[in-house]
Amino acid sequence: MRLKLLGAGGGRLGSLAGLGRGGAGALALPGCLLYTRTGAAPHLSHDTLREVRGVPGVAHIALPALAEIHDVLEEYKEGAAKFMGMPDAVIYCSLHDPVTPCPSGYNTNKTVSLWGSSGRMEMTASKFMDIQRAIQPDWFQCISDGDTISGEAGRKRAKKSVDRSLSFLDICLQLQEKSPELQGSVMFGAIEGGDILEERLRSARETAKRPVGGFLLDGFQGSAMAKETKLKLIASVTAELPEDKPRIIHGVGKPDEVLECIERGVDIFESFFPFQVTERGCALVFSYDCHPDPEATVLTQNGIQDPEKNGTQEDQEEVSKADPEMTPFEISLKDKKYHDDFGPLLEGCSCYCCQRHTRAYVHHLLVTNELLAGVLLMMHNFQHYFGFFSAVRDALRDSKLDQLKELIFRQALQRQ
Amino acid sequence: MAAAGPAPVPVLRIVAECGRSRARAGELRLPHGSVPCPVFMPVGTRGTAKGLTAAQLAALGCRICLGNTFHLGTRPGSELVRRAGGLHGFMDWPHNLLTDSGGFQMVSLLELSEVSEEGVRFQPPHGGEQILLSPEKSMEIQNALGADIVMQLDDVVSSTTTGPRVEEAMSRSVRWLDRCVAAHARPQQQLLFAIVQGGLDPDLRLRCIRAMTQRDVPGFAIGGLSGGEAKARFWRTVKLSTEHLPRDKPRYLMGVGYATDLVVCVALGCDMFDCVFPTRTARFGSALVPWGSLQLKNQQFAKDFRPIDADCGCPTCQRYSRAYLHALLRSNTAALHLLTLHNIAYQMKLMGSIRDSIVQQRFPEFVREFMDTMYGGRGGPPAWAREALESVGITLG
Repeated sequence: MRLKLLGAGGGRLGSLAGLGRGGAGALALPGCLLYTRTGAAPHLSHDTLREVRGVPGVAHIALPALAEIHDVLEEYKEGAAKFMGMPDAVIYCSLHDPVTPCPSGYNTNKTVSLWGSSGRMEMTASKFMDIQRAIQPDWFQCISDGDTISGEAGRKRAKKSVDRSLSFLDICLQLQEKSPELQGSVMFGAIEGGDILEERLRSARETAKRPVGGFLLDGFQGSAMAKETKLKLIASVTAELPEDKPRIIHGVGKPDEVLECIERGVDIFESFFPFQVTERGCALVFSYDCHPDPEATVLTQNGIQDPEKNGTQEDQEEVSKADPEMTPFEISLKDKKYHDDFGPLLEGCSCYCCQRHTRAYVHHLLVTNELLAGVLLMMHNFQHYFGFFSAVRDALRDSKLDQLKELIFRQALQRQ
Repeated sequence: MAAAGPAPVPVLRIVAECGRSRARAGELRLPHGSVPCPVFMPVGTRGTAKGLTAAQLAALGCRICLGNTFHLGTRPGSELVRRAGGLHGFMDWPHNLLTDSGGFQMVSLLELSEVSEEGVRFQPPHGGEQILLSPEKSMEIQNALGADIVMQLDDVVSSTTTGPRVEEAMSRSVRWLDRCVAAHARPQQQLLFAIVQGGLDPDLRLRCIRAMTQRDVPGFAIGGLSGGEAKARFWRTVKLSTEHLPRDKPRYLMGVGYATDLVVCVALGCDMFDCVFPTRTARFGSALVPWGSLQLKNQQFAKDFRPIDADCGCPTCQRYSRAYLHALLRSNTAALHLLTLHNIAYQMKLMGSIRDSIVQQRFPEFVREFMDTMYGGRGGPPAWAREALESVGITLG
């Protein structure tokens, strides 16, 4: 794996090359991973995913679903990627699924709990490495104690998360050295420490001393931590990390938050956000097109409207009542107002759904609980989200990140 | 007699007939392209084939699929579909469509409906006012949906019903056919098929066929079967119907889709079939194979690294193992789509093989091989299939 940075201002524009067994894989930075469930993009089969443009070169698989089939993978012997029907894919295995909640209070000095479809699994470092040997991932997150996100962790708990994670890391690095199956795998060390700056710095410095291939900024999931604290910690942590190794963050997916992290030196994100948008029956319609006249473009056509110009206040409340998780970057296709809207989900979008179907059709599929709704929305939302990352890279290249940021933030403030 | 108006060319062109049985291979010349038959038509009740995109369905070789008048008429409503460019435009399907009339919902939603000479009164399952589905209303909706083949509204009774109600439903279906023909606004663009009723009573079936074949309709469906009746009576009713329906018009056996039933009923002379079974069973984790089916949720497949069917060329079998599908079924609806893809591919391949064998004059051999593979390990084919095939000159070993 080679990290190449182009030295653009305001973020780390570059690429990771030489990925995967054959060394042909690459990931443009800043970029995101392809979110999967047990190795398949949610709702999508191989042929529908192929219709999506800009699919990232690295697939993200969470450990719990794989831990549940550890014995199967062990018997299979040829690794998870091939087992999952994508022998050439580059896979990153994270400890948890970003969408599945992890109840607090189940980690110890020796074990970390995983939550799968059949409940809780206790993982020691050596059990964790046994499973990784069966998975044979290209990248994997080292087992770590990230149970600090509830907002009530405190200094003592933060320190413990760092101590435990470093101790897990040392065990795993030793075990990796002795595992022929994992010689081609890159381990990402997790940086913990909750919201305590000293602990974050200690975690970053200590992890950076060890021979990890990259870093994971963990414990920033959720909204318990104040945004300013979060951003300050992220900036302080990345400042401690070597330039030549990639930095992933978990649990950050909204476009405005992604940009804030990119400015602070984060390289890689997940793509659970478009999945969550899909699950609530919504379509991403935010604009990331910083062309000369952003005022006039997509903002007005696509349903994200100026609050003053929009319909009644009650209308907006009705929409937000529909799903409290909804963000200003999306529209809810369950909304009755789309029942006879024969426009595409997003004007000008080139995805499979927008090229062929209308909002009215997707609305109909949602109200009749048809499975195709999830398929079409997932195709659109993935393509739009991957396109956003491409726009971020273009903006960095053209030194227009400020314009893009302004455009995104203007939209983030709407309807709130 | 009211006439539907002459179609420019007959719908059915017969390409080959089996020298032994009544099986025939042909093509249906329909407004959105010709369709080789015998054909299995996947069911897309609400304007979608259960999780598959229109492109996927077309890539599987499907050239005609079903929509349902009752369901689409309720949600999103026929007027909306019409404004969307008809059902073709609404679901972006460039090939042929057939819409069922809504009559079958009388059986499946019995508690919610009430039948009279006027039509069927429904309480829509999703709320709202009572709806009267009359023959005229059914045609109005189907004209708005714009399918290539539309079905008359028929008075459907369960195939296990006996007594005067069966005769009443049969006679009413004939009267409703006339009302549908009269109300049909687009006979040049949409082919209206009659639906033969009469339960399991040979006399009633014959009377219905005699009455309906006097009307000038482009095709006939055999309705009211596949509702839990004994197989011995099922096949005899199908045989009686195909014997008396005209040779030069398509025969559509409604609601039939199990592989064995398809093979037998092609031998009896049917051309078109539809059934929710292949797609529904996929959503329960079941994959169709030439020797039966695999319930992939079963633990026995957890470490089975073979594809569903090594001889299947579908996208699912080309890429994934039983073990992976077993694991994926726990976490991701993509697994259901992969099984739906496979099952429709299975149906398409089966019908293609049937058709090829008829064209190549080896249909009886095909039937014997099919039965061998399907039942070889299970004590031979069921008695009813054996009897049915024997009745048209195909003897199983």
